[in-house]
Amino acid sequence: MTPDQQVQASWAEEAVREAALQESGLSAGPVGQEHLTKEQQVLQRIEAARQRKPRIKEERITLAHGAGGKATHILIDALFLEAFRNPLLEALEDQAVLDLGGTRIAFTTDSYVVSPIFFPGGDIGDLAVNGTVNDLAMSGARPLYLSCGFILEEGFPVADLQRIAASMAAAAQRAGVSIVTGDTKVVQKGKADGCYINTAGVGLLERPAELGAHRCRPGDAVLVSGPIGDHGVTIMLARGELDIESDVTSDTAPLHGLVSALLDAVPAGVRALRDATRGGVGTILNEMAKASNVAVVVEENKVPVRPEVTGACEILGIDPLYVACEGRFVAVVDAASADDALDALRHHPGGEGAAVIGHVKDDPPGLVLLKTGFGGTRIVDVLVGDPLPRIC
Amino acid sequence: MRFVDEFRDAEKARALAARIASLCEPGRQYKFMEVCGGHTHTIYKHGLEDYLPEGVSLVHGPGCPVCVIPMGRLDDAIAIAEQPDVIMTTFGDMMRVPGGRGSFFDSKAAGADIRMVYSPLDSLKIAKQNPDKHVVFMAIGFETTAPSTAMTVLRAKAEGIDNFSIFCNHVTIIPAIKAILDSPDLRLDGFLGPGHVSTVIGCRPYEFIAAVHRKPLVCAGFEPLDILQSVAMLLEQLQEGRVEVENQYTRVVPWDGNRKALQVINEVMELRPYFEWRGLGFISHSALKVRDEYAAFDAERIFPVPGVRVADPKACQCGEVLKGVIKPWECKVFGTACTPETPIGTCMVSSEGACAAYYNFGRFTRERVRVAITR
Repeated sequence: MTPDQQVQASWAEEAVREAALQESGLSAGPVGQEHLTKEQQVLQRIEAARQRKPRIKEERITLAHGAGGKATHILIDALFLEAFRNPLLEALEDQAVLDLGGTRIAFTTDSYVVSPIFFPGGDIGDLAVNGTVNDLAMSGARPLYLSCGFILEEGFPVADLQRIAASMAAAAQRAGVSIVTGDTKVVQKGKADGCYINTAGVGLLERPAELGAHRCRPGDAVLVSGPIGDHGVTIMLARGELDIESDVTSDTAPLHGLVSALLDAVPAGVRALRDATRGGVGTILNEMAKASNVAVVVEENKVPVRPEVTGACEILGIDPLYVACEGRFVAVVDAASADDALDALRHHPGGEGAAVIGHVKDDPPGLVLLKTGFGGTRIVDVLVGDPLPRIC
Repeated sequence: MRFVDEFRDAEKARALAARIASLCEPGRQYKFMEVCGGHTHTIYKHGLEDYLPEGVSLVHGPGCPVCVIPMGRLDDAIAIAEQPDVIMTTFGDMMRVPGGRGSFFDSKAAGADIRMVYSPLDSLKIAKQNPDKHVVFMAIGFETTAPSTAMTVLRAKAEGIDNFSIFCNHVTIIPAIKAILDSPDLRLDGFLGPGHVSTVIGCRPYEFIAAVHRKPLVCAGFEPLDILQSVAMLLEQLQEGRVEVENQYTRVVPWDGNRKALQVINEVMELRPYFEWRGLGFISHSALKVRDEYAAFDAERIFPVPGVRVADPKACQCGEVLKGVIKPWECKVFGTACTPETPIGTCMVSSEGACAAYYNFGRFTRERVRVAITR
């Protein structure tokens, strides 16, 4: 290699040109902002750039597009929402709330590709039931009926499929739902990885409560329903690539009972609920901050995390705030209801580890801030991708 | 949690912060460079700057292994990965680093077999499991990771594994620090020395920094209290008029380094005449290559490597960021053309990169964040 051979990275030059073009409209106008420092002006320019309509720059789908972070959001906004746009979809909640002749129902779907298929505390079967039950429960609905679609790889052991079906049946019974329709496809060996499951679900909204990520207001309290990150760390360790052993098990569980207890205790006090799956609590809080145009301030010391999970995260350089849960949710409740809400959660099975982890404020809008355990402050941003693919 | 919480104790941090404030001469501006990207990450992750007085600022240095890989080198690695029957293995944080024609992620999506590993030994395991493929390990990092790469080559040789090689991009820290010291644009008052590199090379190699360049250096650990204590130690030196190399990270760093690890590196690798660094250009004797005796494990000799140099985009100021000449936000493309979603510069990719750390954790002036949280 000699120093004088040189080519241009044309994609990079293109990106610079494009950003400059888009900015020429924006940065011309720092009129009345002369009092700001240069750094503040730059930060404002960045905010403007972040507000721009997202565009998919990749030529092909990468794993980041499925990780639940920024790349997933861009894919949904720029591709799916563009193609399917309608008012129900635009809310971008985990479920759609439909009015069928005066009856309000919640409707949702989710696909499960977790690897390994069996892991401590659960398997792809109960995950597929609980995950969809929870997406329904987060709207305040009572989950009722599920569909299930199997995509199986040629050669997959029937015994494993029996085990998965049994675990789905048990999970459905526990959650009080019936699996009422389904589909089976088999693809050639090598065209899938064992077993993928899709479930869709409907639930009945019997309460007047209107919940939504856009309803958070300054002053509200932010709660989590239990220690975070168990599922993600369990899956990571179950893959055996790290040679770390631990007793931590997946937290996969149906949440509708806990949600009911919460809504019974403070019927009018709950603003938003979301289960902290892919992307973890950090991503959920960002979604809420953005949807409500508020700031969320979290105190790291108050976030419940098991020592085993903290340890695994330290070794891997991952923040537990981004690690997936399958049986935990984030609740935003109005300040006056915070104590009652916490009390209700803690006295219900599965909610013993609930905690108030932070509050909603007005500035800076759309951001999640963290008061670190060390006593400093920082931002909690949405990750671009996920260090742990195929977690659910 | 034991061995973690005691190094993140807010009360001890407040005590150290008071000590740091008392050591500062009123009105004087102190600029210290943390050489290592791991330090940069710790500083932002824990919001450590909140404990520093106005007069003390930390400047981010060149010690982020992912950040210093030039685009052309990544194109070479991708060219190897796209050869038939090759499995490329890499640490996860290299996956998104852009080369002249895209990243490992893009190449993987287009069909190349590229896998993430946590250690070079995992690559060797993959080689054993896939005897009909050739497995290449994308070896990156400073002296910190070079011993494990070298050990893996030695093991491959001992076990007679002939379908494994490394694409060696190991770099050495001292030439990078020299490049910083020779940079005319920078006025520094001292260095926080790279802790993990020093576990291998020890503290002696830094002595010229004190003796010749008259700058103090304190080898620092990676927990937030380590960094605050190291800042206090630098200020103590300055107040007492001393200019020395000191070791704060004594629980891990031996003064003379790890002789065994150095021997292993030296057995398998030797210095290259020169190597290109992202943003810093060609630096002589700044990187390692595989010795002739181990040519059978050198991907550069096994596969045709294009070896084309890709120019950094003109607007990209990675070099100035890596040398600490400018703050990340002062780069012309920071946060607009170059973001974590669509990075142009390497500093925006790695979690240890100054730009990524600033964008993800900082981005708002400290004042606004502080007000928002305490109000």
